[in-house]
Amino acid sequence: MREVAVLGIGQTKFGELWDRSFREIGIEAGLQALVDAKLSSADLDGLFLGNMASGSLLSQEHIAPLILDYAGLAGRHLPAVRVEGGGASGALALHQGYLAVASGLYDYVVVGGAEKLTDVSDTTGFEIANATADHEWEVVFGATLPSLWALVARRHMHLYGTTREDLARVAVHAHEMGSKNPNAHYRNKLSLAQVVGAGPVAEPLGVFDCAPLSDGAAAVVLGPLETARKHTDTPIRIAASQVATDTMALQHRKDLTTIGSTVTAARNAFRLARRAPADVGIAEVHDAYTIAALVSLEDLGFIEKGKSGAEFASGRFNAGGRMALNTSGGLKAQGRPFGAVGVAQVVEVVRQLRGEAGARQASGATLGLTHDLGGTGATAVVHLLERGN
Amino acid sequence: MSIARFWRETPRRYNLGGSKCTNCGTTYFPPRSVCPECTRHRQSIEKMIPFQLSGEGEVISYTIVHDPAEGFELQVPYVLALVKTVEGPVLTGQVVDTAPEAVAIGLKVRATFRKLREEGKAGVIHYGYKFAPVEDSSFAGGPRGPTPPVPSGLPSRDRASA
Repeated sequence: MREVAVLGIGQTKFGELWDRSFREIGIEAGLQALVDAKLSSADLDGLFLGNMASGSLLSQEHIAPLILDYAGLAGRHLPAVRVEGGGASGALALHQGYLAVASGLYDYVVVGGAEKLTDVSDTTGFEIANATADHEWEVVFGATLPSLWALVARRHMHLYGTTREDLARVAVHAHEMGSKNPNAHYRNKLSLAQVVGAGPVAEPLGVFDCAPLSDGAAAVVLGPLETARKHTDTPIRIAASQVATDTMALQHRKDLTTIGSTVTAARNAFRLARRAPADVGIAEVHDAYTIAALVSLEDLGFIEKGKSGAEFASGRFNAGGRMALNTSGGLKAQGRPFGAVGVAQVVEVVRQLRGEAGARQASGATLGLTHDLGGTGATAVVHLLERGN
Repeated sequence: MSIARFWRETPRRYNLGGSKCTNCGTTYFPPRSVCPECTRHRQSIEKMIPFQLSGEGEVISYTIVHDPAEGFELQVPYVLALVKTVEGPVLTGQVVDTAPEAVAIGLKVRATFRKLREEGKAGVIHYGYKFAPVEDSSFAGGPRGPTPPVPSGLPSRDRASA
């Protein structure tokens, strides 16, 4: 197995991109990443494309060759693979791209993530998102994705005394960070009172506890670390790429407030990289619902089980803290174009590790972590990214 | 959802038919063909047998849903809960016949056969279990509510219109 580095990054604005098509945003992010890596398309060996639901959303399947075609690469007849894992599709695509380069079979690959959610109504978009839960045994009985996370939240409150305000602080934090990100879907700040007072979605979660439906695309170029200096002065090594799974339905978890997939992926990632959670200086953690971020911070090993609410309230993740959290604005504020999320998380961490994050630059981090979930955590993907000397 | 897709699950959705591993004794709902508890899964192959849940259980978490799932628009706000049955498996379902604010963790409930949703004016009507509160005194062996689970055995489609 070879060491693999991120050589280039690209990302579109996230939000309601009504004037732009799926193809356009996919290609924009990919080409940005290629240019950033100082590569031309002639150097590429393949494409891995994370996407959750193009068929339901756009009536268009078979999108990996489509993106290559409109990127002008049909004549090279490159391999192109679409990867699906609910909301973790982009992170899963990155894992596949990592495996391809690490194996030595491919040298340079583009890993893209793209989703176009505003071509359907909000109602349809949320129904498609619900399909990442267990349709036959959850959704048919009235469950939605936010309501399932609300069940996790209620249990967490019951067991550990987590409060409504503790949940709300996650959204306040996300919007504070998103306000500094020009690519973010939402750049407005939110007050604690606004989050707590917002209309209910599935109690205790309200409108501002839930990430939006966004359009957007992100891409990275991966290549072997040994030749990375030819492409960038600041290659970012993928120190670990781990995927893990858990039961599809929440009802089958032994512990409702622990996502076993996250625990396993994180433990394996830290073990392989010979690092510990305390070494992480910057993290992008799945916050599609405020409770998801709290539970995930515990499951990743940053906070003891049950104490995330109190830790958040203590200001541990405010700017200037030991670990910068969701500087992109997270899924909550930067946006949630499902298949693009996992790739965008990596783009943000690479920007930070390179020192190119502008107004939201967090100082000093050399090790970053990204964490993405599908559904209620049937899939979790954890990446550790490290800046070399 | 096609008629066949819903119809084939009626033994589970109407009658709470689960499964039991005869190797380790663990019970499941919905039924599984392989037992996750038997670490060498091959031990449980061909050893999973039908198992009937009583429908009695306790709320272990709940939420009041305001932004509904498709087909539940006319029921908002509704309570969705995770119910741990006395036999062990946990089920996801609505809690009905009570004010939403009366639902709490620990509430004793019993499964009741109800209409879940319909696919438009001319579409298929989906039936299945919801949960209703029970008095502690009637719990576990006490008098049944008005709609006890139907015994398994008969093909459930014969009773779908009953």
